[in-house]
Amino acid sequence: MKLEVKDLTFYYPGRKERPVLEYFDLEISSGERVGLKGPSGCGKTTLCQVMAGYRKAPAGQVLLDGNPVSSLRGACPVQMVWQHPETAVDPLLRLRKTMEEAGNVETRILEELHIEEAWMERYPSELSGGELQRFCLARALRPETKFLLCDEISAMLDLVTQAQIWDFLIREADRRKLGLLVVSHNDALLEKVCTRIVRMDEKL
Amino acid sequence: MKPILEIRHLSIYFTQYERGFRKRRLPAVRDLSLDVRPGKIVSVVGASGSGKSLLAHSILGVLPYNSHVEGEILYDGVPLTEERLSGLRGSEIALIPQSVACLDPLMKTGAQLRKGRKDQETRERYRAALARYGLGEETEEMYPFELSGGMARRILIAAAVAEPPRLIIADEPTPGLDARSAKRILGHFRELADEGAGILFITHDLELALSVADETVVFYAGETIEKAKVTDFADPGGLRHPFTKALWHAMPEHGFTPAGGAQPYPGTVKSGCPYAGQCPKGRADCRSTEEIPLRNFRGGMVRCLHPGDGEKEELV
Amino acid sequence: MRKKAFMFMAAAVLILAAVTAGGIFLEPAAMETDFSKTNLAPSGENLFGTDWMGRDMFARTIAGLSLSIRLGLLTAAASAGIALILGTVSAVSGRKADAVVSWCIDLVMGIPHILLVILISLACGRGFAGVAAGIALSHWPSLARVIRGEIIQLCQAPYILTAEKMGVPRIQNAVRHMIPHLMPQFFTGLVLLFPHAILHEASVTFLGFGLSSEQPAIGVILSESMQYLTTGRWWLAVFPGLSLVLVVILFAMLGEQIRRLTDPASVHE
Repeated sequence: MKLEVKDLTFYYPGRKERPVLEYFDLEISSGERVGLKGPSGCGKTTLCQVMAGYRKAPAGQVLLDGNPVSSLRGACPVQMVWQHPETAVDPLLRLRKTMEEAGNVETRILEELHIEEAWMERYPSELSGGELQRFCLARALRPETKFLLCDEISAMLDLVTQAQIWDFLIREADRRKLGLLVVSHNDALLEKVCTRIVRMDEKL
Repeated sequence: MKPILEIRHLSIYFTQYERGFRKRRLPAVRDLSLDVRPGKIVSVVGASGSGKSLLAHSILGVLPYNSHVEGEILYDGVPLTEERLSGLRGSEIALIPQSVACLDPLMKTGAQLRKGRKDQETRERYRAALARYGLGEETEEMYPFELSGGMARRILIAAAVAEPPRLIIADEPTPGLDARSAKRILGHFRELADEGAGILFITHDLELALSVADETVVFYAGETIEKAKVTDFADPGGLRHPFTKALWHAMPEHGFTPAGGAQPYPGTVKSGCPYAGQCPKGRADCRSTEEIPLRNFRGGMVRCLHPGDGEKEELV
Repeated sequence: MRKKAFMFMAAAVLILAAVTAGGIFLEPAAMETDFSKTNLAPSGENLFGTDWMGRDMFARTIAGLSLSIRLGLLTAAASAGIALILGTVSAVSGRKADAVVSWCIDLVMGIPHILLVILISLACGRGFAGVAAGIALSHWPSLARVIRGEIIQLCQAPYILTAEKMGVPRIQNAVRHMIPHLMPQFFTGLVLLFPHAILHEASVTFLGFGLSSEQPAIGVILSESMQYLTTGRWWLAVFPGLSLVLVVILFAMLGEQIRRLTDPASVHE
C-alpha cells in the first residue's frame, strides 16, 4: 500500500498569505519508516493532522492507494498519535471505555506495551504521560491500521519509556508491514528508527 | 560561592478525594534537597509524573490548593515567604513556564510582553530580547494563535530574561523546539549563567540536560535517586544508581536499550526503593528498608542500598 | 469540605421543597379573611402578623414563595432548554446559523432584562402565562453562549477527533464524549437561573405587569404593603421581602456549591 501527499497546501481560514504548508509532496510505502525533521513551526504537526484526515486542506490531496483519506468512512487506516497523550483520551472515561472504541486490540499488543490490567480501571488523570501514551499507541494499532503517523510521540517521555516504545513499534511495524511517519527533533532517534529521512525546510 | 537557592528536605503531599468522601494523602515529592549556586546550571531530570514540575511550583508558590508542603526553601539564605516572593518574582526570580497557554490569546505578543509599558526604552529592551532568540519585529504584531509552538516558547523565554534575573527557573522550556533552536536557547542559558545567574533547569530530556548543565539531579517516582556531575555521564561506570544507568543505556546513541517495567504511581510504593520492582540487581532489603537515605558515594549522592553493585563498596 | 457541601445542599433542597409543598398546602389559609383580627402585629399566633383583611401573613408569604419557586422552576427549565437548543445549533450548524444565533444573543442581552420581561408579559396578556413567557424568553442568552463555547471547544478536542477516526459514529461520539462534559455546565447554569427568574417574577408583579392581584404572589404582597408602610405596618413588607431574599440566596448558594463540586479546579477542596 502507498500513502501519498500531493501538492498539499494548507493555511488557516483568512490567512491565505501565510500558508503553513505549500505544495508539499511525500510518499510512504508499507513497511517504510520515514523520518520527518525540520525547524519548529514548519508545519510538521499540521501535516500529520491533514494526512490523518483531521483537517481538510484547501488545496492538494492525501491519497491512500489512490483514494482520498478524508473520504474514508469507519475506522481510518491512517492513524495519528499525538504528542500530548493526555489531550487524546477523554478525561471523564475510564481507560477501558476508551480502549473499547478501538475495537479488539490484540492482547499481544497490550502485553508488549506493558499495559497493566489494573490501569484499565483508572481515569486518565491517574496515569502518567508515558502510561497514557502506551494506551494511545495500542488504540491506534487496531487491526485496520496500515499507516501510523507519530508526531513527536516520545518527546515528553523519559528515555527508558522512549526506548521501550520505539523498540516495540519497530517490531510491530515489521511484523504488520506498517508504514510509519516519524516526526522528531531528535536526530539520533531518527537515525536509529527510520529507513529514510525527509527534511522540511523553513518557508521564506 | 553561597547558593542563591537552597531547598532543604522538601516534601509535597496531595489530599485527594476518591469516590465519595474518602480522603487520601499522596506523597508526590519526598525528601528533596538541592542547592543552586550563582553561575551554575542545575538540571532536574525525571519522567512525567515523577513530581519534578511540583518543585518549580513550590518555589514559585503556585502549588494547587489541595497540596501540603514540608521542608524549607531559602533564597539568598533567607526563607522564601509569599511576601518576599511577590517582590522578587519578575525581577530577581524569573520563570520560564511549561505551558505556552500562559500567553493571553486576545493580546498581541508585543503589548503582552511589555505589560502595558509603552516607553521607548522598554520597547527597545524587549525588541532586543526577541531578536536574541531569532524573532523579528513582526512577531510583536502577532496574536498568540499565529505563533507556532516553538515561537511561543521563545517568546516566553525572551520575556523572562529581558530583565536580567538572578535566579531562573525553567520548567520544561524546550519541548516542541527543533534541536537547533533548543541548543540555541540552552546556549543562552549558559550565557545567563556566566553572567552570574543561577539556573534550575527542569526537564524530562536527559540528553538536553547533559548538554548544558553543571550538575544533574535524577528524579524517580518523587524521590531524588541520584545527584551527579554532568561529567559522570560520560561513561555508565561513573554513574551510581541502577535507574540512572538504565537511562544512560536507553539513549538513542548508547544502544537505545529498553529496560523493562514502568515507574510506579506516586503513593503505591509504601516503603523501600521505588525502583526495586524493576531493578535488575534488586535484593530483599531494597523493599523492606523503610527509608533509604541519600548518601555520598564516589563524589556524588545516591539513594541506593547497594550502589556500584559488584564493585568494592566505597560508601562514606 | 465535601461532606459539608453535600450536607448544605441537602438542607437547602429540603428547605426549598418544604416551602414549595407548604405553600400549596397553605393556599386556602392564605385566602381566608377574618375581619375580627385585621392589622395585627406579629405574635405567637400570627407569626408574620395579619393584613387589613385579616389574612395570615405567614400563610400568604409561604404561598407566595411557593408560587414563585414553581414559576421559577418552570421558567428556568424552559430558558435552559432554549439555551441548550440554540447553543447547540449555533455550534454545529455552520457559520450562518452561528451568526444568526449570536446576533439573537447579543440582541436579547442588549435589552435590560426587566424591560424585556415587561414587554413580553404584556404582549402575552399578563397573568401566569405572560410572566412565564416573559422570563423564559429573556433569560437564555448567557447560558446559550456558555454552551456554544463549550461545544465548539469540544469539537476541536483531540480525543473527540480521535474517536471519530476510530470509526465511532457521530451520535455515539456526542453521547459518550460530549454530553458528560456539557452536563455539569448546563446543570450549574440551570440552577443559577432560578434566583434570577424568581426575582424578576417578583419585581414584574410588583410593578403591576405580572400576576393578577388575587394571587398570593410575593410581588403582589409587596406592592399592596406599600400603601400601609407609612402607617407603621412594617410587618406587611419586611417578612415577605426578607423571605424572598432568603430563598433567592439559598438558590444562588446551591448553584455555587454545584459549580464548585463539578469544577475540576476545585473538586478536591
